[in-house]
Amino acid sequence: MPLKVVEEATAGVPTHCPYCALQCAMTLRPRPGGGADVEPRDFPVNGGGLCRKGWTAAELLSSPDRLTTPLMRRTRTAPLEPVSWDAALDRIAAELRRIQDAHGRDAVAVFGGGGLTNEKAYLLGKFARVALGTANIDYNGRFCMSSAAAAANAAFGVDRGLPFPVTDIASAGAVLLVGANVAETMPPFVRHLPGAGDDRGLIVVDPRRSQTARDADLHLQVTPGTDLALANGLLHIAIAEGLIDTDYIAARTTGFDEVRRNVSAYWPERVERITGVPVSEQRAAVRMLAAGRANGGAMVLTARGAEQHSKGVDTVRAFINLALALGLPGRPGSGFGSITGQGNGQGGREHGQKADQLPGYRRIDDPDARAHVAGVWGVDPDVLPGPGRSAQELIESLGTPDGPKAMFVAGSNIAVSAPQAGLAERRLAALDFLAVSDLVLSETAKLADVVLPAAQWAEEEGTMTNLEGRVLRRRRAVAPPPGVRTDLEILAALAARLGRPDGFEADPAAVFAELRRASAGGPADYSGITTDALDSGAAVYWPHPGEHGTPRLFADRFPTADGRARFAAVRHRPPAESIDADFPLQLITGRVLAQYQSGSQTRRIHALREAEPGAFVELHPQLAERLGFADGQEIRVVSRRGTARAVVRLSDEIRLDTVFMPFHWPGDQRVNLVTNPALDPVSRMPEFKVCAVRLEPPLAVADRLHPSAA
Amino acid sequence: MNGRPNMSAADTSAPQARAARWTPQRVVIVGAGMAGTRLADEIAQRDVGGRVAVTLLGAEPHRPYNRVQLTNVLAGAAAEEDIVLPVPEDEVAVRLGTAVLGIDRERRQVRTADGGGIGYDTLVLATGADPLIPPVGGVRTADGGLRPGVFAFRTLADCRALAAAADAARRVVVVGGGVLGLEAARGLAGRGLDVCVLHMAPWLMEARLDAEGGKILGAAYGDVGIDVRVNATAVEVSGADRADGVILDSGERIPADLVVFACGIRPSTALAADAGLRVERGIVVDDELRTSDPRIHAIGDCAQHPAIAGGLLDSAWEQARVLAERITDPESTALYTGSAEVTRLKAADLDLVAMGEVNPDPDTDDDAASVVFSDARGRTYKKLVLRDERLVGAILLGDDETSGLVTQLFDRGTVAPPDPKVLLFRGLRQGTDDSGPDLREDATVCRCNGVTREDIVREFAAGARTVEALRDRLRSGTGCGTCRGRVAALIADLPADMPAA
Ligand SMILES: Cc1cc2nc3c(=O)[nH]c(=O)nc-3n(C[C@H](O)[C@H](O)[C@H](O)COP(=O)(O)OP(=O)(O)OC[C@H]3O[C@@H](n4cnc5c(N)ncnc54)[C@H](O)[C@@H]3O)c2cc1C
Repeated sequence: MPLKVVEEATAGVPTHCPYCALQCAMTLRPRPGGGADVEPRDFPVNGGGLCRKGWTAAELLSSPDRLTTPLMRRTRTAPLEPVSWDAALDRIAAELRRIQDAHGRDAVAVFGGGGLTNEKAYLLGKFARVALGTANIDYNGRFCMSSAAAAANAAFGVDRGLPFPVTDIASAGAVLLVGANVAETMPPFVRHLPGAGDDRGLIVVDPRRSQTARDADLHLQVTPGTDLALANGLLHIAIAEGLIDTDYIAARTTGFDEVRRNVSAYWPERVERITGVPVSEQRAAVRMLAAGRANGGAMVLTARGAEQHSKGVDTVRAFINLALALGLPGRPGSGFGSITGQGNGQGGREHGQKADQLPGYRRIDDPDARAHVAGVWGVDPDVLPGPGRSAQELIESLGTPDGPKAMFVAGSNIAVSAPQAGLAERRLAALDFLAVSDLVLSETAKLADVVLPAAQWAEEEGTMTNLEGRVLRRRRAVAPPPGVRTDLEILAALAARLGRPDGFEADPAAVFAELRRASAGGPADYSGITTDALDSGAAVYWPHPGEHGTPRLFADRFPTADGRARFAAVRHRPPAESIDADFPLQLITGRVLAQYQSGSQTRRIHALREAEPGAFVELHPQLAERLGFADGQEIRVVSRRGTARAVVRLSDEIRLDTVFMPFHWPGDQRVNLVTNPALDPVSRMPEFKVCAVRLEPPLAVADRLHPSAA
Repeated sequence: MNGRPNMSAADTSAPQARAARWTPQRVVIVGAGMAGTRLADEIAQRDVGGRVAVTLLGAEPHRPYNRVQLTNVLAGAAAEEDIVLPVPEDEVAVRLGTAVLGIDRERRQVRTADGGGIGYDTLVLATGADPLIPPVGGVRTADGGLRPGVFAFRTLADCRALAAAADAARRVVVVGGGVLGLEAARGLAGRGLDVCVLHMAPWLMEARLDAEGGKILGAAYGDVGIDVRVNATAVEVSGADRADGVILDSGERIPADLVVFACGIRPSTALAADAGLRVERGIVVDDELRTSDPRIHAIGDCAQHPAIAGGLLDSAWEQARVLAERITDPESTALYTGSAEVTRLKAADLDLVAMGEVNPDPDTDDDAASVVFSDARGRTYKKLVLRDERLVGAILLGDDETSGLVTQLFDRGTVAPPDPKVLLFRGLRQGTDDSGPDLREDATVCRCNGVTREDIVREFAAGARTVEALRDRLRSGTGCGTCRGRVAALIADLPADMPAA
């Protein structure tokens, strides 16, 4: 396959990768017999690169696993059988109606996803609030970005994952990357990071010596669940060594005095004991950041490793404190950012599919926001529901006496991706009615009463907002298979059946136009973004109220009431579940290069399946030796909540007391059967990233060894 | 039901008694040092909504500060304002410069220096410890105070006085080669003074180190210009008005402008003893941190708990946490059963952490296994003591590569890895390095696209002779881009006339 950068759109269809938030640019060239070829396209984010997920993305277009007809089961115990679209949609509308009539409007829930286009996320939120009138809508982004979002909103007054173009990273003299394994999860991102042979410094904080950490100048191999203490400790050192920017702190922030007192209790030797990071490395990290600041800039970037904790919001705030004290946010080549993961994880959290939000990143409990959005929607503000349950709470409440009895799911595979997935599965089964829209028969779809075959990525038009807040065009390159409809068509058809024939357009351009109006004046203002600008490939960053967007935020002020950023005195506390004699190991979770999220797309791609065929658990050879496990052996990972099956993969790049397991596989290989659903009190983010486990041999052997312990 | 007033007895329906139920529990903490301040803070963090009224009384006039950090203030590595501790002033009544002179257990009151009485339901003694100054001649003036030129090192006042005197001094003798003395010595040497450390025992920090470790530490101190004398006992401080030197038991006199005593601490127990509480070395407490009067608790350096030696911050803070939980939650069953005691030296350019049992007798003690790496020339000494596969003691001197790892293993008491080398050195890895030139055939060169050495050799043989040509065929280098150098190096080593495989 020739690899040339495409110069003209006519040479193929210019679009973006279906997977992560980098949204690497690619050109799709439809094949005569169906499917398409992928070529990378030059674009600032990916610089003409792609990872193997991107290269193989088009395979899903012709996957034999694609759903092409609606499926329905007549009773809860009957099998799923093909039916007509009308039969499927009529059934959904009738069931939702019936259940709302019997149990009230909130008895129907809607669950969305961070991979949906802006238009879909927007229309899904409107569908819940206007067509169903339910407060209960949330999305899987709650499991990704909610801690970073809550922290950024509180500290900066706005949440745009990267408040600067990703290419700015390339000019920073030092980058501190916390809980991000970008070399595996978004390889082209690495092009912007300090690398071998340049005079810039990369510091990676991770319990594993991940691929990203291996390429770093300094790796802080932190104890899982102690990133907050580390951040406070780094700030302590910065203060003690006179490296903070007192002019910046005085001019642009509030709350530093309390933080200074708070971090006085985080001296390096104490932090070493909490985090396991040697004092000398803590000092080196701070000095590297200070040196980088003088050499182009310094950046602090967090991701899920630091955020998916029951103290995720506070952990992010601790790193924001560090960035503020060093005077980074708003300075060219410097700043704080959080690396968004899901394809439209940024746009997905701005347009109202979140329980507490309305379009434009507005709060649903803000009377002005309600009035504005109700005006655009042509309804009375009072009919708009208030805030609903957050994702995990919503899932836990399904089918309970006070909880929803029916749910409509689009773009999410919660049976695999929710924490304590066994519980999620049981709650889904307890519903009176479940409808799922998906490309393939995902693990969640298998539990549904009605499954709708949806169009995907290269089969439909729309916009996405990538990790830097840049709005992009996703284009249709091939026609959807016969029998498949777009999510917008599905929502419009359902709304009509629920008595809302108007206000639910199936045309993405019309929905985008409405989204622009609904977002006008909100923090994520899209009102000035024209389709022409998007079509031309112009660099369009929100907020974009008029003719100009905002590539870089915070240059002069922060969008808070007084224009200043806020420090917050935050304290370390242990994870919700500590290790003990019964569960003596810490389990951490994450992703691998060749798979994506719950794997329902990537597991269907031959090359990716071959590269990572099934669940594995990574552990240190010394730990394996002690426990008597060999490389390649199948074992069980056991927590208080459940058990997952995985194959041992030995690596001395992981801490001796910690094991790692990715979350891409279904069934009894789901690590989320094991993870802890303890929530962050503010963001309601579950603690995916640390819990206590033990490792056991497969059952049969265990029975033989400990007959009484079974 | 100690310390939880007016609860059960008041649950009758008399209106008076019902009102009494809502009277907050009065908690009085004596001592606004590390333990007392932490306790007040822990209680406030627990959001007790008016059920507990905390009063914190401290004899020292300053805002509560981080005593541990005085080392850095003395060394000039921290400013006073950087060591102020957070105090929850909204939730806690703080009275600084207020010494408690007596406890009236009958009336449940403490008496302060200004003559006032403060009633309590629960009293917590967190009075800390006083420096131990040995009774050698010439240390004190007639009125019992320290003679000019003689210093202790415990409080911010001590630290200020010492720092001010150091500015005008050239030579200093530190009496005591324990952690505190060694930290003070390093800090003063860093300020440019000539420092001599006198230590009575045959090696430094003899309670925490073994002989060899202590000797290597002494040598490391020598390297930073500090004169360490072991087996040296100070018998007198010389000088007329001011101290001008220290006379050793050998008769030698070491001249000094300043003499600092760091000879250990004595728990501050006078208040408790006067009130008739049980006092041994410290104020005796049980696992609920109760003294012999169940309404009175003691935490921190002043307390004596059977499971620990004491004198360290970690145990003081853990005690504060347990007691806060018990005070704020009547149902709490939290107990304090001891802390792992770890000593970490805070001295520039010197790395030392020591913990637990470090000196088992190899001849008599068969259960203990020691692992030692000793490099006196390199000033590195590492020792692990294992019992029953668990780490029971360690010394890590010379670098801090594994100090976090080892400390956590000791703290948690979990089973140690079979090969103890990984606890001594960080760089030991068994994995293959994929950046070297001698790649195995199936070694991955481009991870992002799963391209192996074999793939590259094959395509090279088939005519793809440049990085670009390989990229077009294999997608190598199109992900993160970091493998391009590796690809270039690999093909540079391949013969140009390579036949197709
Ligand atoms: C320089 C230095 C460095 C240290 N470094 C370390 C270290 O690295 N690691 C470690 O673990 N430990 C270290 N320590 C020891 C540690 O500081 C103590 O263990 C800790 O301070 C004990 O806390 P405490 O509250 O019990 O005592 P203190 O912190 O001494 O507080 C007691 C307070 O009570 C007050 N008080 C006493 N009597 C009365 C009264 N009658 N009325 C009112 N107030 C009263 C005192 O004025 C004092 O402020 C260090 C100590 C020093 C001096």
